[in-house]
Amino acid sequence: MSTSSQPPILTADSLTKSFGGFRAVNDISLTLGAREILGVIGPNGAGKSTLFNLLAGAIPLDAGRIGLDGVDLSHARPEARIRAGLGRTFQIPRPFARMTVLENVMASAQGQRGERLLPALIAPRRVAEQERANAVRAREILDFVALSHLEDQPASVLSGGQRKLLELARVLMAEPRVILLDEPAAGVNPALLDMIIDRIIAINQLGIAVLLIEHNMEMIARLCPRVIVMAAGKALAEGAPSEVTKRADVIDVYLEGMPA
Amino acid sequence: MELLAYAAFFLTIALTYAIMCLGLNVQWGQTGLFNVGVAGFVGLGAYVSAALTTPDAAERIGGFGLPIAVGWIAAMAAGGVLALAVGLLTLRMRSDYLAITTFGIAVALQLVFQNAEVLTGGAFGMAFIPRPFAGLQGQSFAFNMVNLALTAAVVAGVYLLLEHLLRSPWGRALRAVREDEIAAQALGKNPVLLRIQAFALGGAIMALAGAVQAHFIGFIAPGNYLPMMTFQVWAMLIVGGSGNNRGAVLGAVLVWAIWALSGAAISEIFPAAQQARAASLQIVIIGVMLCIILLWRPQGILPEVRSVSRHLGIRNKDS
Repeated sequence: MSTSSQPPILTADSLTKSFGGFRAVNDISLTLGAREILGVIGPNGAGKSTLFNLLAGAIPLDAGRIGLDGVDLSHARPEARIRAGLGRTFQIPRPFARMTVLENVMASAQGQRGERLLPALIAPRRVAEQERANAVRAREILDFVALSHLEDQPASVLSGGQRKLLELARVLMAEPRVILLDEPAAGVNPALLDMIIDRIIAINQLGIAVLLIEHNMEMIARLCPRVIVMAAGKALAEGAPSEVTKRADVIDVYLEGMPA
Repeated sequence: MELLAYAAFFLTIALTYAIMCLGLNVQWGQTGLFNVGVAGFVGLGAYVSAALTTPDAAERIGGFGLPIAVGWIAAMAAGGVLALAVGLLTLRMRSDYLAITTFGIAVALQLVFQNAEVLTGGAFGMAFIPRPFAGLQGQSFAFNMVNLALTAAVVAGVYLLLEHLLRSPWGRALRAVREDEIAAQALGKNPVLLRIQAFALGGAIMALAGAVQAHFIGFIAPGNYLPMMTFQVWAMLIVGGSGNNRGAVLGAVLVWAIWALSGAAISEIFPAAQQARAASLQIVIIGVMLCIILLWRPQGILPEVRSVSRHLGIRNKDS
């Protein structure tokens, strides 16, 4: 059982998930501190993505419990998780391609009155008020991820790295307390990688906890004081990145792809 | 005068199709819902309104002689409820189920119109549907003009309502679901709820179109609501510009013009004995037009406009 020194915001107890006879995630528990950046690493096939999808609600749990600040989200749908404050990004970004960059971000504001049919129809003034406030915030966030100059463009014109930044902007707009980041460095050029790392640190300084699944060890080393190493669906090791990567069993699974 | 009266008649019919097209645009253009049963919703609206507003008829149930407005409202309610029921049953499943279900429902409804004689008048349909401004019926020009004005007002009303809704956060959420359902869900949208709402709204608008058309023509028959009608409305939306309400209206008028003109041309060119077969050429012409549009301008004549929110106005950035 892993712990951080801070009060926990996200707790996962004994998560288990099988596909057919294969246990992709086998009795994993973790806690994420309220202001922590926690990394999850491991070789291909270790179960990182499955763990991520369980936390995000993209696939149902077989057993275990997921709690966000005391609220049980074990079986909550994805839309309920983000409303509760548990946001996620996608490894392969999923922009709303034919909508503008600004529209993409505004769409992700929570608690929009105008998203309900009746208020959209009969209370235009109150909707407009909220829309203006949301637009101000969306533009601040676009400024934060350096996409302001593209706000009028359809998201389809963005480069791969810019799409990663749009993912960040959208999830920030939802005002989460925890963000799950699915390989934010994958397919990003080195210059943009620095920028993404910098933005993740800044997000964390806003008081948002981050759980990061990542292959890029440089990114892990720069962001995460603590990592969990997964292998064969289990947590193999836990600690500071510089320490766990020296452990013989961790080196073994990376070399062989299988635990000893 | 004669020609103007005919033009007004033609345009009124075209505008009833524009209402259907606006309904389909909510479902397909904005939300990506593949409804291939448009004719069923249109027919339901026509029959419901006719049953409520026609004078008492001996051979069938119904004929309550209610005001036209009551018929229209009831038609919308019926179309909305049918769409709601279909939506609740199918919109949780994969999108192709919706296509199969709507097609089946439209065919089933058409068979009901044809065979439930005590309700619908069977193959002969229903006549004596009250026409708006019936007092003017003697003067065809005045009659057609006021009916054109009324239908245009309905189109304008539906158009403004939809523009209002689609440029609100609700419309934005619909488009988000259309673009990427999984991402929309991860950002807190409820795709099933949004799709059911859009589907019901579109169904109600299509049924209203059926009622408006039925009252303008004055009689209805089951043969009006064959899958051909669904094809026509789809062609109109694709030609005009899926996702754009003005495109939907433009496409309806344009495709209806081509349909009506080619029909007239065929009756001029071909001898009477061949005309039934030559009528198929109308479908060929629309089909070819559809192919040309899809190859040359797949987004339609008026493509979807990207807007952030009607509440923010239009901004000009000098960059």
